[in-house]
Amino acid sequence: MIINGVSIDATFAEAFPMKATRAIITAQNEKWALISAQAMTGFATSVIACGCEGSIERILDPSETPDGRPGVSVMIFAMGGKGLAKQLETRAGQCVLTSPTAALFAGIDGGIRIPLGKNLRYFGDGFQVSKQISGKRYWRIPVMDGEFLAEATTGQVDAIGGGNFLVLAESQPQALTACEAAIEEMRKIPNVIMPFPGGVVRSGSKVGSKYKTLGASTNDAFCPTLKGMTKTALSSEIESVMEIVIDGLTKEDIDKAMRVGMQAVCDLGAKNGIKRISAGNYGGKLGPFHFHLQEIMA
Amino acid sequence: MSALTFTLKHKPAQRVDMSPLVCNLLTGMALADISAITLQSGKCKLRVDELFALEGADTQNIVIKNSLDNLDFIGKDLEGGSISVVGDAGAYLAFGMNAGEIKVSGNVGLYAACEMKKGYLEVSGNAGDFLGAALPGNKMGMKGGTILIKGNVGERVGDHMRRGNILIEGNAGDYCGSRMTAGTIAVMGQTGRHLGYAMRRGTLLLWNQPSLSASFNDCGAHTLAFLPILFASFKLLNSRFADASIAFNRVQRYAGDMSEMGRGEVLVKL
Repeated sequence: MIINGVSIDATFAEAFPMKATRAIITAQNEKWALISAQAMTGFATSVIACGCEGSIERILDPSETPDGRPGVSVMIFAMGGKGLAKQLETRAGQCVLTSPTAALFAGIDGGIRIPLGKNLRYFGDGFQVSKQISGKRYWRIPVMDGEFLAEATTGQVDAIGGGNFLVLAESQPQALTACEAAIEEMRKIPNVIMPFPGGVVRSGSKVGSKYKTLGASTNDAFCPTLKGMTKTALSSEIESVMEIVIDGLTKEDIDKAMRVGMQAVCDLGAKNGIKRISAGNYGGKLGPFHFHLQEIMA
Repeated sequence: MSALTFTLKHKPAQRVDMSPLVCNLLTGMALADISAITLQSGKCKLRVDELFALEGADTQNIVIKNSLDNLDFIGKDLEGGSISVVGDAGAYLAFGMNAGEIKVSGNVGLYAACEMKKGYLEVSGNAGDFLGAALPGNKMGMKGGTILIKGNVGERVGDHMRRGNILIEGNAGDYCGSRMTAGTIAVMGQTGRHLGYAMRRGTLLLWNQPSLSASFNDCGAHTLAFLPILFASFKLLNSRFADASIAFNRVQRYAGDMSEMGRGEVLVKL
């Protein structure tokens, strides 16, 4: 399949079941809601070493938030429910509770309930106040700037992590430009996050390593500087490869995000140095979810 | 199916215990069987059809017409459905109500919504003393649900109240929120003496500056984030509380009762 001169490989991205949750952070203005959300989703690029994958899903209009203030929706994904709950609570406690004017609300009403402000309330040292409003429990925790308002719980749902595609370009700036265009479009899709810095990862990995202590190592088949010394997947004109990883609530959400992302890359086309789109997989043996690039773009 | 309607034929000589006439106890009963139910009235037992003219068949939607203030225990332990009272209601309206909805077009007597657990009670007129309170000697008053009173209320509103909302468009009598354990009482009008007497936790939300006892301490003026959420939860009510223009989030906060646990609060609109 070739779109606007960009070759779409007959391959697939391999993804895994994960657990996900969403929280809504509001603040006095969008600037401080964003600061709080960025802190909460910092160091959350990959479950390999961060314990979770998290990112800002989108910025919310005051009319969409529970307290009518500017807000940001964040999503966090982890391999298991226990790990997810721990990450959520730690990050909420260290990054949102501490953030000036911030309030924290559930972003998923259904699913299994996991603590959001339920245990953070103990920071109030007995001065915390509970309010049950329309069936939801909120905690008002006295802090030095006033009160930190946090909903007691949020929802944990089944999700999918590890959807991906690779952008193969003639130069590093061209690969990055294409990825930036893709991320801009993908961020308009609800229920997905691209957890790596700016949504783009330049160090895609393969399973295993020559070093016994490492579970993953550089994906040498896609490293352009190794073209002459390994079993490469790159043709001679490819000078840079970048990857976009997508976590989403459902397969359809990830399908949709991959489609708009790859379309944005293809729109730039061969004339802008984009030669191929490929994807990372493990032969289909590890992950139950397969995202076939050509089917998505058909 | 039209609502099951009880129309009072004449004023009973004694007070009447209406507790058998709730939706959950009448489910599946024919009109003839309902007519034969006996109600305690003073020392006598009266058949329902001696007091009321019956019509309709929907036992989940009950209407009591020509109701008077000596019909007690209307909606006692209601588990669901709706009861509409046209006229006044006696004491213990919605006593121990667990779910459903009760609306009264007139006034209601003592102990309305006493120990109510869930559901919705709306009174277009006034309510007597001990609204949403606990029975004498009991430690837990209203435990959930919402009460809306469009008129004034008597003394001891929410005595021993534990959870839920009591919304009062008019004035409240003395000892409003006395011995409250938690929950919210909002009063748009004036409040009487000894507001929040011995309250442990909970919120008294007021539109007018009350006369507070020395055991309430001023915590200053604040903008509280939970108030817009609280007001938003009232927007579907048939009430002035649903009007967005009456909402506020800037309050003077008083903590008390310091002679008790002191975790309660009186929030006064600024």
